[in-house]
Amino acid sequence: MARVVLTPNLSQLAGGETEVELTASTIRQLLRELGDRYPELKPHLDEGVAVAIDGQIYQDAWLEPVPPESEVHLLPQIAGG
Amino acid sequence: MTRLHVSATINGDPVEFLCEPEQTLLDVLRDELQLTGSKEGCSSGDCGACSVTLDKRLVCACLVLGAEVEGHSVETIEGMAKGNKLHPLQQRFLEHAALQCGVCTPGFLVAARALLETNPDPTERDVRYWLAGNLCRCTGYDKIVRAVLEAASDIRAR
Amino acid sequence: MATTEETRARAVRPNLTWVGTRPVRPDGVDKVTGRAKFGADLQLPGMLVGRMLRSPYPHARIRSIDTSKAEGLKGVKAAVTRDDFEDLPSEFVPAGEMLVNYRDMVRNVMAREKALYEGHAVAAVAATSAAVARQALSLIEVDYEPLPHVIDVLEAMEPDAPLLHEDLVTAGVEPPPEAPSNIAKRLSFTLGDSEAGLEEADLVVEREFTTRPVHQAYIEPHACVANVSEDDYAELWCTTQGHYVVRAFCAKLLGLDISKLRVTASEIGGGFGGKTVVYLEPVALALARKARRPVKMVMSREEVFLASGPAPGTHVWVKMGATRDGRITAAEAVLKYQAGAFQGSPITPGAMCAFAPYALENVKVTGYDVVTNRPKVASYRAPGGPMSEYAVECVVDEIAKTLAIDPVELRLKNAAREGTRTVYGPKFGPIGLIETLEQAEHHDHYRAPLAPNQGRGVACGFWFNIGGESCASLHVNDDGTVTLTVGTPDIGGSRASLCLMAAEELGIDFEKVQPIVADTSSLGFTFLTAGSRSTFASGLAVIEATRDAVRQLCRRAAQIWELPEESVRWQDGCARSEESEDAPEPLSLAELATVAGKTGGPIVGHAQLNAQGVAPSFGTHIVDVEVDRETGLVTVVRYTAIQDAGKAIHPSYVEGQYQGGAVQGIGWALNEEYIYGEDGRVENPSFLDYRIPVASDVPMIETVLVEVPNPRHPYGVRGVGETPIIPPLAAIANAVESALGIRFSELPMSPPRVLAAIHEGAGTA
Repeated sequence: MARVVLTPNLSQLAGGETEVELTASTIRQLLRELGDRYPELKPHLDEGVAVAIDGQIYQDAWLEPVPPESEVHLLPQIAGG
Repeated sequence: MTRLHVSATINGDPVEFLCEPEQTLLDVLRDELQLTGSKEGCSSGDCGACSVTLDKRLVCACLVLGAEVEGHSVETIEGMAKGNKLHPLQQRFLEHAALQCGVCTPGFLVAARALLETNPDPTERDVRYWLAGNLCRCTGYDKIVRAVLEAASDIRAR
Repeated sequence: MATTEETRARAVRPNLTWVGTRPVRPDGVDKVTGRAKFGADLQLPGMLVGRMLRSPYPHARIRSIDTSKAEGLKGVKAAVTRDDFEDLPSEFVPAGEMLVNYRDMVRNVMAREKALYEGHAVAAVAATSAAVARQALSLIEVDYEPLPHVIDVLEAMEPDAPLLHEDLVTAGVEPPPEAPSNIAKRLSFTLGDSEAGLEEADLVVEREFTTRPVHQAYIEPHACVANVSEDDYAELWCTTQGHYVVRAFCAKLLGLDISKLRVTASEIGGGFGGKTVVYLEPVALALARKARRPVKMVMSREEVFLASGPAPGTHVWVKMGATRDGRITAAEAVLKYQAGAFQGSPITPGAMCAFAPYALENVKVTGYDVVTNRPKVASYRAPGGPMSEYAVECVVDEIAKTLAIDPVELRLKNAAREGTRTVYGPKFGPIGLIETLEQAEHHDHYRAPLAPNQGRGVACGFWFNIGGESCASLHVNDDGTVTLTVGTPDIGGSRASLCLMAAEELGIDFEKVQPIVADTSSLGFTFLTAGSRSTFASGLAVIEATRDAVRQLCRRAAQIWELPEESVRWQDGCARSEESEDAPEPLSLAELATVAGKTGGPIVGHAQLNAQGVAPSFGTHIVDVEVDRETGLVTVVRYTAIQDAGKAIHPSYVEGQYQGGAVQGIGWALNEEYIYGEDGRVENPSFLDYRIPVASDVPMIETVLVEVPNPRHPYGVRGVGETPIIPPLAAIANAVESALGIRFSELPMSPPRVLAAIHEGAGTA
């Protein structure tokens, strides 16, 4: 099971949960799983979030594997100048 | 509006053109003569991207009227390299990576050449004050100043 | 170069031939001879001049717009207003890799119900000459109902502030507020328990900071040429950091098929984030579609200041606690950033960056995105980072000085390192902050004596860097040369670094690789040149495309030799067989290229990817200033920029990023600001009055390239462009404090402010 940590803004939309444990083999599965569990979160996940798996930040990488026991953070997408 | 007929020397060549009375030299160079190496960054003489020389005097082409160059000689960036030989300033700008986006580069080169023609052995301070009328937002000026100092030394050694 | 000490902290790959060298850039000669074609340099036969009519009011309802008189003028070929752009729904949709609200974008490009800032586009014309276009603009009748305006971020947050959008409800607050306000979003990040952390502290410093709005101030104004044929096939030439993104935006705003809009990126005369959005482009296309003639639009410098960019003005509150021995126990910040007329200030990265250089257990950051009657802000180099990190780095300096600990020492004690958890969640991988601090500590600049009225300051900076979508194609020509096609506009020498990586991979001479930035119809989608991503992400695409070509070259060699493919490898520009006994003579790239037609056809390597594996870049700057007590003028007398590049592919252009970013930061710290009158109009929209640093304002910028490789990139690249603008703001404020004993909490530290503070004798300006 991956341990998913939510930022305070996302946590508000997940009934106040700050950490969620779930099983997913890819980022896409993980986001779908979260959206199913917390429907209020879904629009924000659809808009696009960055996903950090064990420290490495991924943007728009649905197919990236999520290893079991990994630590996952959902963060805002980052742009730049 | 009647267009004015103007004869001038541009980069050593005799040139005739027609221009509106209110057209600037920069408009004429860019729009009438297709010499787009001189850039328009402000049209108020603040950025130096349109630097050219008028009878060897450094001017902002955006502050000179096209009609004013009648009978005079204008040098632009397009006349700086001779055949396939780059001017030492052009060469040193390349070697020192003294440009990033490159839009201010023609103005800096023309201004720097005017400096070296009046002062062949400038100090760093001389270079910085002479080029204070040319804005560069990319480089922080460091590599530009180094390139000018080195080109000056190249020219003195010739 | 004499000033540069290159530090190779950990070598990624030994024996590099091209990577790390400093050849002349491939586009160099065009740029020093005036040949290079920038946005305004294209002329087409029959081309019209497009001009924009802009609102003189910072906030006004637009009752009506009548263009009939203008359209009746001889020589006017088209006029457009809000009626020529279909309204789009308010939703954040991905475009490229950005979240875009097309409702806002269509309103920013052409005002609809209201003009929301001075300079907001209201109508446009295309005419046969500039004179006719100007006259036509004067004939357009706009009936405005002026409304009260608000510019300042704190005033805009007041409950009785004039409302920009009657339907804007603060997001990020549960339950959502009932009343609309100018606060578009509230966000927060927390780590540990900051209140408990502050309890542990022996010293607590709490300060407020204000930074003024600034502009990217690229020297080349926005410019484009649009042409639309009778069957609605559209071509656009423009100066942009991302022509694929321009294509996406324009196709949406004009209802065009993406395949029927071909965008070509001109050479770009600076952007710094400001050329990642569209202003003129959709309008020029709309005019060209009506006139069925090419239309050129170029902004004046005044229009650039009034209607493009800028970066937000901000208010930042910071509270930090530390133990007597200099361990930071807790940090809190509240950030308020101007978004301009539409939501979307860089508040999120600002909040994420604020404390990134420190290994902290207890952090709380709250941010507010606030709309005001200014142009919608655009990215500016490390968007959001300079303001929040400025405030934090000033407080860190105050802690160091109060505790009588050397500021570099205090930072080393608390510095983020591999494994440090960030306030936004994940832990850092290998990073080079400590290496930059150690370089600072041992740099002779840090120990050099200071003259009277001089002071020294240091500060750190952090930026994430991004990856993203990139394509690259590599064509092996039959004479053994290579054409490299990429999709990221080259804003500061990226073609040179991409060619260096291709030459390195192929084992051929750098001179044999010729790059081109493809138009949108010639190569697949490629995201912006932004976020310090081009050398990293397009670099990965180039490396992949090159390896694809190498696989094909090895296969051809194997076929020629009638050997198994696995026995052939590529080394030093040649295919070689592993067989040691009677091994065939190696075949060079040129030899294989010559016979490509006979061995299966052209050899073309290609790659398309969404680059992952980014790694952040940290920097530490040291600055010496001298203060003129009679005039209040602060002069930077010595400057050293130290930063972790991961790997410098072309060190000269990496140094150039450090130097250019530092000088932009110097401008932000000392001079640059938008000045607004009571009427909400900008009083200094020119380079004369909005003064960016000139050559005589600054010294040489010494650089130190630290290289702690990014393990996720074949050469270790991190991305370097953004970080260098962050440290100067605080480093200079800290230096001024050490010169004068006065801590400024407001930027810029321009002569009038400094003089006033000197006269007051103490306290804040």
